Amino acid sequence: MTSGLWELVLKGIWVTVQLLVFSSLVAAAVSFVVGVARTHRLWIIRFLAGFYTEVFRGTSALIMIFWVYFVLPLAFGWQLVPLWAGTLALGLTYGAYGSEIVRGALGAVDPAQKEGGIALSFTPWQRMRLILLPQAVPEMIPPFSNLLIELLKGTALVSIIGMGDLTFSANLVRLALQQSAEIYTYILLIYFVIAFLLTRVMRGLEKKLKAGVGKAPERRTVTEPGPVSAGVGAGIGGGS
Amino acid sequence: MKWDWNAVGDFMPHFWDGVLVTLQALALGSLISFALGLVWALLMRTPSRWVRWPVGVVTEFVRNTPLLVQLFFLFYVMPEWGLTLSALTTGVIGIGLHYSTYTMQVYRAGIEAVPAGQWEAATALNLPRFRTWQVVILPQAIRRVVPALGNYVIAMLKDTPMLMAITVLEMLGQARLFSQQHFQFTEPITVIGVAFIVISYLASLLLRALERRLVH
Repeated sequence: MTSGLWELVLKGIWVTVQLLVFSSLVAAAVSFVVGVARTHRLWIIRFLAGFYTEVFRGTSALIMIFWVYFVLPLAFGWQLVPLWAGTLALGLTYGAYGSEIVRGALGAVDPAQKEGGIALSFTPWQRMRLILLPQAVPEMIPPFSNLLIELLKGTALVSIIGMGDLTFSANLVRLALQQSAEIYTYILLIYFVIAFLLTRVMRGLEKKLKAGVGKAPERRTVTEPGPVSAGVGAGIGGGS
Repeated sequence: MKWDWNAVGDFMPHFWDGVLVTLQALALGSLISFALGLVWALLMRTPSRWVRWPVGVVTEFVRNTPLLVQLFFLFYVMPEWGLTLSALTTGVIGIGLHYSTYTMQVYRAGIEAVPAGQWEAATALNLPRFRTWQVVILPQAIRRVVPALGNYVIAMLKDTPMLMAITVLEMLGQARLFSQQHFQFTEPITVIGVAFIVISYLASLLLRALERRLVH
């Protein structure tokens, strides 16, 4: 491979990383908002949040990307730059999976903690912010770490709508060289390295957060959930 | 926003063709992933670390890299090595291989959940190793993990649109072909989006029923 082609791959890595950062931020925001909304006391808010989760977990990420990229401009006149179309579609889809993680972790906090907050006459918002979230967030990190890997794998999908990410650059190199074994091996290795680095970072984060609430990180059990079913209560991190 | 029901009507025959291919890929992919996952899980339990280590590395690698790139790899590299398969076959192998690295973890959890007393009883009865697995451990382990395997079938269903990228005409492939021929993007893509939600919702209901029957 010539240096020009490597440059192409480097550009691809940069686009993939950008997409990963932006869409994980969107996904994190969506998962917290929707996940907390699912524990709200008004049924209509719980229902809407649940509906969102079912719809976005029910459909495929690739179809969402197609929909945002091809249908939104025609139907509503919103033409998005490919990067933002990809970010939006991936963020909304994986946010729906993430909201299940948030809901599960909030549900796993000892009920006595919540009752303590009521007894001290905290407002619901104070209970959430000062009691529930600080204890629930460290528990969310291992499943979120799995979800982040899934999101990284999901970013490869944007190459299908012609965005110049890592996978797309691999296709260009294949066309240029007329041979595929070498470049696809490199690309798979690059993805693997990124995934490995992400797992390391998340593990460090877990350690830090758990130390903050006075818990030692548990020994990791490797149950890697994929983007699991719509509807079934288990979902990501449920480990059915 | 304009919605054209005629386009939906025109798309319907193609839609059903696509559904058929999607379900075909899903069924074959599931079979491969169930079988191969069990093989990986059993290999990970062999005493020799010269088996466990390579299997562990390979499955970890496959699990942490995108299915799409793996599909491209199979689709473009295998012909270079002199093995030309149809696009659908390649896709089924890709999906089956990718998800076998997930189902392997499911089987592992199921095998570990079999109480130690069962192993001890098998030893006490002097059952040979193969018979122990065949009639004592695996029947109990697999029964426990059927719902979890079902979750992965639904996950696989949602990954089948990727096969479009290697020219398989499944649901999304049909929708894209139709859109390009008739310049109508809104209807076909929305139709298959809704169809996916409906199919995966039905599948999850089915799975919940299965779970109730098996677990209790």
